[in-house]
Amino acid sequence: MKKNLNIAKNVKIWFGISLVLITISLGSLLIQGLNFGIDFIGGTIISIELHTPFENADARAIVDKFDPSADVTYAGDAQTEAVITTKKSFTTEERQALFSGFQEKYNLANTDLISVDTVNPSIGAEASTNAVKAVLVAVVLMLLYITFRFELISGITAIMALVHDLIVVVGVYSVFQIQVNSPFIAAILTILGYSIMDTVVVFDRIRENRPKFGKYAYGELLDASVTQTMRRSIFTSVATFVAITSLYIFGVPAIQNFALPLMVGVVIGTYSSIFNAGALWYVIKTYQHKKSMKITGTKV
Amino acid sequence: MDKQKVNKKSIAQLIGIILLIIVAAYVLFVGFTVNVYDIGKIQNTIKYGLDLTGGVNVVLEATSTDGGAVTSDEISSTISTISQRINSIGVSEPTITKQGDNRIRVSIPSISNQEEALSLIGKTAQLEFLGPDDSVILTGQDIEDSKGVMQTDSSGVQKPVVTLKFNEEGTKLFADATQKYIGQVIKIKLDDQVISSPTVNVAITNGEAVIEGQASLDEAGSLAELIRGGALPVTLEPVEVQTIGPTLGQDSLNDTFHACIIGISAVLIFMLLAYRGFGVLADLALIIYIMILLILMTALNVTLTLPGIAGLILTVGMAVDANVLIFERIKEESRLGKSLLTAIDNGFKRALGTIIDSNATTLIAGFVLFFLGSGSVQGFAVTLILGILVSMFTAVVITKQLVKILVKTGLFNNNAFYGL
Repeated sequence: MKKNLNIAKNVKIWFGISLVLITISLGSLLIQGLNFGIDFIGGTIISIELHTPFENADARAIVDKFDPSADVTYAGDAQTEAVITTKKSFTTEERQALFSGFQEKYNLANTDLISVDTVNPSIGAEASTNAVKAVLVAVVLMLLYITFRFELISGITAIMALVHDLIVVVGVYSVFQIQVNSPFIAAILTILGYSIMDTVVVFDRIRENRPKFGKYAYGELLDASVTQTMRRSIFTSVATFVAITSLYIFGVPAIQNFALPLMVGVVIGTYSSIFNAGALWYVIKTYQHKKSMKITGTKV
Repeated sequence: MDKQKVNKKSIAQLIGIILLIIVAAYVLFVGFTVNVYDIGKIQNTIKYGLDLTGGVNVVLEATSTDGGAVTSDEISSTISTISQRINSIGVSEPTITKQGDNRIRVSIPSISNQEEALSLIGKTAQLEFLGPDDSVILTGQDIEDSKGVMQTDSSGVQKPVVTLKFNEEGTKLFADATQKYIGQVIKIKLDDQVISSPTVNVAITNGEAVIEGQASLDEAGSLAELIRGGALPVTLEPVEVQTIGPTLGQDSLNDTFHACIIGISAVLIFMLLAYRGFGVLADLALIIYIMILLILMTALNVTLTLPGIAGLILTVGMAVDANVLIFERIKEESRLGKSLLTAIDNGFKRALGTIIDSNATTLIAGFVLFFLGSGSVQGFAVTLILGILVSMFTAVVITKQLVKILVKTGLFNNNAFYGL
């Protein structure tokens, strides 16, 4: 039999690491916030294939007529694509006029308008509210499920581990100022499901091992259970991580937007299910036990 | 482990299953043609979202011009008007759905004249009947209905006409105007464009009129449609517009397809390395999983979008998880000194509870996404939900049978083969 891991003894280390991660995440969120994309704040992104390297000033001359504060950047394999980004949500007429400007100057066909994305600011605010609503509903339902299938303390600690994961993932977006658009919400909700799945496996083992250990041997119970489920946690995460990373490396930008938070989520979700959820459960259980001992102690 | 006799029946079963999987995979991914029937080739039958085909996606917000709230009836009429407008430019399979109380989402895949479609969709119909002096007689609000029909005229010839039916207010206004302008021309203007200019022949007081002189029933029909659409007291404002050129869509599809193949292959190799003999079975189960999922998605007409593909790859990870849970359990049981077959039985039994509990929580997230999300998020949720259900099925039913058959063949009786 392999030696069990010392999870319970070293809770301070695990919580310390998590505390550092959370502090960095929250700190960055407070100081620089999130880099919201047009899905949240509204705006327009227009990509046009010009088929030729172009002077930024030439493109600007056309764009400035519509919005002087818009950004014009290069994209595409040969940098022949112009991407116009602005916080203004252009009307259909404005967009068409802008594209016509480029069409005349660079002699373009209609199909050279690669993509257009316009979002009204009012929609953006709604998207954020809906996202928060969805996360809350999901969390409450999961808490109910775990409390029903396991026990309340398991449910609460699982949710705490989950909140930890979400803060860190959002933190990564803030620290690296990665643009947040609507796929981000779907990604966050997926992490929510995935991370809790990881944690449930640990609690499932604790529940199963419980009769084998002394009533209050929470530390040994935790160590044995985490050790037994650790290989599974790591193997599954490696497999999932490898699959999603392929999407990130070989996929298109739109899917990269989605794959990146999932990659971060898989890693942090595995960490928290191995080192946080069970450890938190252990700390609370031990505390409850000590407290009840004290009460009975004073009575005697 | 005890020496076991080589069981020919089980070997035949195993070979049969592997052949079946290969044939099924071939039909599904390569496809073949029998006479006129194309069978398989799932890549061509699955429905792609417009981020993969190129297309237009617009969310229109409807506001009532009379200041009140937009009713659900008005939204439905507006949806049919938009749908007819899109059909009129001959576009394939637009999806028009109501979103929230006052929004309409229009998605048109594979469309080349994107900007033209956009102007057409977002156009707010403002209908006016004008007298010869350009004074407004009545507006769209006064019209109840309009149809293009064939009518027999006084000389017995069938002619296409457009019928007009006014409401109470409209009847009065139209009666007054037709009395006043007998012999003169009334202009019908839609969005500042004159769409018809009939001459008043008689005073019409019963609220029902016809416009003659239509070239065909089709022409009468489209004029009537424009009038009906213009009768809706609703303005539409595009609050979200996305267009994706066909080239970008096709490129995305190809790149993503390759990325998926690489990702799935990486998982297959990982499972082989991690679990050897069981890894082969897990890989077979995973291939079956992907096939079942794709067939289900095609059958249920689920739209595959870019986030949907990411979800699909994520469920591959979850499908692997079920197998990992089972194999780890089998290893544990085997370490306790149980025989291979007992270890397998116990392993499956014990892993089942864990698989159900862990997947149930993910299912909850999937359903929340489905009911609270919209557009592509919903498509992603469907992929996630289907993926979880199918992965549970393949792990618990298919992997189990495969493992049992493999062990029964007696070909591989050393534990090392199973990574034990």
